Amino acid sequence: MEEVKEQIISLPRLGQPAPPFEAVTTQGPLKLEDYKGGWLVLFSHPADFTPVCTTEFIAFAKIYPELQKRGVELLGLSVDSVSSHIAWARNVEEKTKVKIPFPIIADLNKEVSTAYGMIHPGQSKTETVRCVFIIDDKQVIRTILYYPLTTGRNMDEILRIIDALQTTDANGVATPANWRPGDKVVIPPPNTQEMAEERLKEGYDCVDWYLCQKKL
Amino acid sequence: MACISPDGKPTASGAKMLRALKAKAGPAEEVAQKAGLPLFRVRSGLRELTQAGLISQKGEKYELSAKGGELADSLPA
Repeated sequence: MEEVKEQIISLPRLGQPAPPFEAVTTQGPLKLEDYKGGWLVLFSHPADFTPVCTTEFIAFAKIYPELQKRGVELLGLSVDSVSSHIAWARNVEEKTKVKIPFPIIADLNKEVSTAYGMIHPGQSKTETVRCVFIIDDKQVIRTILYYPLTTGRNMDEILRIIDALQTTDANGVATPANWRPGDKVVIPPPNTQEMAEERLKEGYDCVDWYLCQKKL
Repeated sequence: MACISPDGKPTASGAKMLRALKAKAGPAEEVAQKAGLPLFRVRSGLRELTQAGLISQKGEKYELSAKGGELADSLPA
């Protein structure tokens, strides 16, 4: 029987430091640490010159100004070469008039995609699936999204998550289902019986002691 | 390379960084502000310019080397 050797790699998890990397990109060599102090959305796509990826890149380019307002940079990745990325970005601009303003990693040796768990053999043994890693200003992973090869990502949701995370960081609150900026936020639940009793007297909008919301 | 072309000439972003450093030595954040470039590009570019011997780093601050100064002087304003 043929011996199957599989390298066990610890995949990144929420709350852990993002795996450091040094990569060749369409804007020159970049390291993860180059983004320190700001937020980063690192995302992978299966391949250049493919239809769903093209719609996603146009969509990412369109939300880039909104991301920059929030102190967030974008960094794409696939296992294609820099020449392929450049040719594809130029083609997208020529055909759709949308310029791709952010760098794209050429991960030919799959170092970055392996460190971030972007290759899911059940989907493809050679291409990266549609991953999104939201990395904060301290280079900690705050959100991981995986989409299958056939489903393009939702840019509104990426912006919504960033707004929610930055609101949480700034105010020490959580955000409820379908939260949007301006909606009420959730106050962290009390840890003691005394705090639970006091919570109901604090004038918040409470369903009960464990679910209280307020306007910021 | 992002800042220096294969022919040894600075690219547009490389020239912006050299001009910013010619005006005043400073940390990456100040260079980014003066050059009008994203901080991640400037950090990467400053590494490249350092490796090319065009600038040097003292603590947090970057400054032009003699070779970098000559190149910066030759750039169109």
